[in-house]
Amino acid sequence: MNLSDFILTLPILVLLAWALLLLVVDLWVPKGRKGIVAALAALGLAVTIGVTLSQAGNGGLAFQNMIMADGFAVYLNVLYLVSGLVVIALSHDYLKRMNLERGEFYPLMFLSIAGMMLVTQAYNLIMVFLALEFLSIPLYVLAGLARERPESEESSLKYFLLGTFSSAFVLYGIALIFGATATTGLSEIIASVQEGAVNLPIFLAGAALMLVGFAFKLAAVPFHEWAPDVYQGAPTPVASFMAVAVKTAGVAVLLRVFLTAFPTLAAEMAPLGWGIAALTMLVGNILAIAQTNLKRLLAYSSISHGGYLLMAFVAYGNPQVAGQAVAAMLFYLLAYTLTTFGAWAVVISVEQADYQGLELEDYAGLGLKYPWLGVAMLVFMLSLTGIPLTMGFWGKLFLFRAAVDAGYVELALIGLLSSLISAYYYLRVVVMMFMRSGEPRIRRDGWLSLVAVGSALAVVGLSLLPNQILQMAAQAILSLQ
Amino acid sequence: MPMSYYLILSAAMFAIGVLGVILRRNPLVVFMSLELMFNAANLVFVAFSAYHQILDGDLFVFFVMTTAAAEVAVGLALMVAIFRAKHTIDLDEMSMLKG
Repeated sequence: MNLSDFILTLPILVLLAWALLLLVVDLWVPKGRKGIVAALAALGLAVTIGVTLSQAGNGGLAFQNMIMADGFAVYLNVLYLVSGLVVIALSHDYLKRMNLERGEFYPLMFLSIAGMMLVTQAYNLIMVFLALEFLSIPLYVLAGLARERPESEESSLKYFLLGTFSSAFVLYGIALIFGATATTGLSEIIASVQEGAVNLPIFLAGAALMLVGFAFKLAAVPFHEWAPDVYQGAPTPVASFMAVAVKTAGVAVLLRVFLTAFPTLAAEMAPLGWGIAALTMLVGNILAIAQTNLKRLLAYSSISHGGYLLMAFVAYGNPQVAGQAVAAMLFYLLAYTLTTFGAWAVVISVEQADYQGLELEDYAGLGLKYPWLGVAMLVFMLSLTGIPLTMGFWGKLFLFRAAVDAGYVELALIGLLSSLISAYYYLRVVVMMFMRSGEPRIRRDGWLSLVAVGSALAVVGLSLLPNQILQMAAQAILSLQ
Repeated sequence: MPMSYYLILSAAMFAIGVLGVILRRNPLVVFMSLELMFNAANLVFVAFSAYHQILDGDLFVFFVMTTAAAEVAVGLALMVAIFRAKHTIDLDEMSMLKG
């Protein structure tokens, strides 16, 4: 252990220290002035983003090859931290309105983000497991934050039991991989495979179990059942955090582990990944059609977007297209983050203090009465569908291109078909907002509007320079291969 | 003893754990089944650690036990909170969220 270890992991350390600081500061802040805590939390995330960016380009391994600092981690860490900032903007007013202003909220979110950063940077399967638990346990508590509401507790218990279930799969997979290769370091595993000193059936079983465990975390079909219930019952900003940041972390750990340690298993993993991706895209979108509750609708939508991401993952073992596929995934994660947070911001604006206002009918006439919010939601729905002039369009285009280049034309066709299905329920929200008359009620809050309008502008604005962003993503993953 | 005995025992433990999670309706029993799955993995770690003559697996078990304890803390607190509100923790009663 020496100084360079601490310098390489400085962003995580800053975030953890800030979380503890917030926990103490909150004790001295009187009720009614909790805005101070939110501002301090935002400052902490901004400082961490600064520290993270200052380390771009100077990476390496830390703590006896346990933690990797590289461009991939910088890109995704900034995404998690920005997600955290957005969640603060979404939750500040919401927590006050729902009478949930508890001192633990921001520190728990910080701890979860630190877990996400660790899981992205983990370079040893021990770290992968510990970081997965570290990001999940605070989330179980956050999901149950509104503990006066039975729905919130139910959501928390379901998330807890199924989250632990999936961790057990990951753990058993790690145990088998340790048995087959006699090591848990990601680079040592591949070295051991290349020496040929590996029991292949056990190694394969371990990798498959890990894939199942990660698929649970990503809410991929057939391991998706928990997601809609959990999102519906959890406080809405927490649900948005799960839909965006947790999914991103799931993709990150999947890529890190499979690209670094299991590139040789690509041929065996491809059919499994193919099946999961195809099912996730189709089932997620088909089940979303029947939903009338916006939180559940967005939950199924996020399931199906996990499927699009997995479509590019299937190509990871093909060295010619792997780089392009992974860059497309990173691009898509950015597009997905911006769009989804915007949509959740609109949902939070319409949600009432008694947890009503989440049904589709509550959106009737929204676009006519509040054109700003309506147009923003229109942009998000178009972007989630993948209509041109939005980030979502480019994201899907790059993912489909990666799948076609890798020779998975059928998978790309299934993706295209399920995008068509998804247009039905996304546009139904738009029709409701602009073509039905109604008396929508919204919560006026500057921060919520800022997130909604800001994301909408970003979704349209950034879609004008897709190639530059894809280039940036491609730069970020150079160290992965 | 041959390595395969340990692997078969741990696979059986893991399978019993999975079945318990799927079939049992009491969250405490489900939770015990989850612990069984974790301990099945621990058995694999310890067995392979002895087989390969390295300590990594033994060390991993300590980490697993610690995280399992952290999960117990959160999980039991949740169940107590739910029991206070509903006077039951049966999973079949957990049906407010659906659609």
